[in-house]
Amino acid sequence: MNPSKRRLWGEWLLTAPSFIWLTLFFLLPTLIIFAISFKPSDPLGGVGPGWTLRTLLSLRNPNYPEIIWRTAVLSITTTVVCIVLAIPIAYYIARCKAWKRDLVLFLTIIPFWTSFLIRIFAWKGVLHPDGLLKQALVFCNLISPDTLLLYRPGTVLLVMIYTELPFAILPLYAAAEKFDFSLIEAAMDLGAGRLRAFCSVFIPGISSGLLSACLMVLIPSIGSYVVPDVVGGIGSEMIGNVIAQKTFVDRNLPAASAMAALMTLSMLIPLLFFLRGNKGKNQEPKPAREVV
Amino acid sequence: MEDFLWFKDITKDFGATRAVDNVSLTVRRGEIFSLLGPSGCGKTTLLRMLAGFEAPDTGRIILENQDITDLPPNLRRVNTIFQNYALFPHMTVRENIAFGLKVAKKPKAIIAAEVDRMLAMIQMQDHADKRPAQISGGQKQRVAIARALVLKPNVLLLDEPLAALDLKLRQKMLLELSLIHDEVGITFIYVTHDQGEAMSISDRIAVMNNGRIEQIGTPAEIYEAPKSSFVAAFIGDTNFFDGRITEVLDPEYCRISVPDLPDMLCFNDKKLAKGDLVHLSIRPEKFQISLDPPHAGVKYNVLRGVVEDIIYQGDHTRYWVNVGEDWNISISRQHTRFMLDEKPINWHDKVFISWFADDGFMLERYSEKDEELLPTPPQTVGESDAPLEDESDEQEPEAENRP
Repeated sequence: MNPSKRRLWGEWLLTAPSFIWLTLFFLLPTLIIFAISFKPSDPLGGVGPGWTLRTLLSLRNPNYPEIIWRTAVLSITTTVVCIVLAIPIAYYIARCKAWKRDLVLFLTIIPFWTSFLIRIFAWKGVLHPDGLLKQALVFCNLISPDTLLLYRPGTVLLVMIYTELPFAILPLYAAAEKFDFSLIEAAMDLGAGRLRAFCSVFIPGISSGLLSACLMVLIPSIGSYVVPDVVGGIGSEMIGNVIAQKTFVDRNLPAASAMAALMTLSMLIPLLFFLRGNKGKNQEPKPAREVV
Repeated sequence: MEDFLWFKDITKDFGATRAVDNVSLTVRRGEIFSLLGPSGCGKTTLLRMLAGFEAPDTGRIILENQDITDLPPNLRRVNTIFQNYALFPHMTVRENIAFGLKVAKKPKAIIAAEVDRMLAMIQMQDHADKRPAQISGGQKQRVAIARALVLKPNVLLLDEPLAALDLKLRQKMLLELSLIHDEVGITFIYVTHDQGEAMSISDRIAVMNNGRIEQIGTPAEIYEAPKSSFVAAFIGDTNFFDGRITEVLDPEYCRISVPDLPDMLCFNDKKLAKGDLVHLSIRPEKFQISLDPPHAGVKYNVLRGVVEDIIYQGDHTRYWVNVGEDWNISISRQHTRFMLDEKPINWHDKVFISWFADDGFMLERYSEKDEELLPTPPQTVGESDAPLEDESDEQEPEAENRP
């Protein structure tokens, strides 16, 4: 075997575990879901025989556009707010002393030590009409006693931002840590004020982290269903809730699959376009030969 | 040239370490002024204070009659060439050069014209639309220079600008820097730890050590008339002689006794009196070395010795000659003639060394630890009597080897 061939084998061997894992537990299930959405439903909660387009056509439910719109607005707002909050935090963590950096990173990760569900229910306690926050705000005369903090789209947004923020901070910190801060000094040296240097040098410098932070927040946000289920009310349903309802309450797997497939495709297609466009732009050209 | 930049009594501490210790210096308009010293001597801190990235704990910085000590970097008409160039990776060469003008909100037409002028100066017109990752180290260096000079600063600060380049490129860029300086006439402040760079480019040099200025002067003054043993040892090589004046011959000359060596005659430029302690520095190239007795005049010193070591370096050869007890004198000899025509000097040859009394230079300040800066003759392993494994003994002979 010649060396280049051997190297190719080695690469295959190293990639195989993750490749097989992703195929078995990600690609195949996704394709199965796509397939089920072309199946009729079965009164017992299973999948009926034969193929049909009826399930897909049932997506034209007049209630859906509002839910889809709400999902889009809530998840995009979550993403934007998380990014805006996370950029200065990432900058701060990357710049501060080692022990402070460890402390802030620790504080960022510490919520993960508690179950996601428990944290959501904790929010319910905090925001409850008899909860601490509500009482405090009423006491300070900031809200009237009959204001409802829970079961509103705003509540869903707040709790989603809370759950997703670490996923924005971590990739942004990873990018900021690699950022060469002498570039900010260079920008200031060339006459830029702090804000200008931050916007025109730091932000483009962490663009790779920005992209992954956006995806890390946006994708789970769109699919979220526990948060609107627990702290949201009737008017804050998201796509995830519809899918859950179709699966568990209506026992209509094809309808749930059709909704899930729609959600996956509406994420995947723009994403692929975006990544392709971005790849062409950001591809690092080969360094020039060392000539003067 | 008029003075136009003053550092006045600058002190700066970083935690417990004093980076800059009561430094005052004056820079003249249009000169290339170098801050030279080993790493950690405070030269970069001084530069960063001038750029505005650090604030001095005490003292003021005055630029053209304006106290700029408290101004932020973006309000100082001072621009920096960073050691790693700090080019913006997401911008093209052209955008990098235009950055400062854009920030200053200059009209687009003027920006384009100025950037083109700069690109022409650094001969990078063909690479204007490349990104920093696509150009070579020397080209990055030139872009960094253009990016700073396009703003027409009062002072251009260069922080070890050539450190990242290889030797040949460094020499070429040094020449280029000096040509650019002649063209733009802006004052350069050049920070380096490389004495060769500083000597070849500077009008004046400030030699720094431990946060203090050891000496300020032209390259020739610093090399020929070092004030301290640090300067003498840091700039080039030298031999130190530590002795006492035994006789003042006439106002000009004196005789010095150095332990284990015959008395030597020396020019008494410090006007020392009999009995005073004296520290001499004599550069290796001031000695003559010969197999035959030299035709020495009255004001010459002659010593006899045995060649301990020879390092041939092409244009010159370095000899270490043992002249008694532990005295090894380092001598450098230029090969002005085709070397093979001369009778060669070999290891263990008995030789005469001689030097003119005026070539010894009396130092004002002397510190024994500066001798560590001097190159020592290579240790010959075979000659050592002590077994190599014996670590406790290993330190000792080395310490004794130095006079």
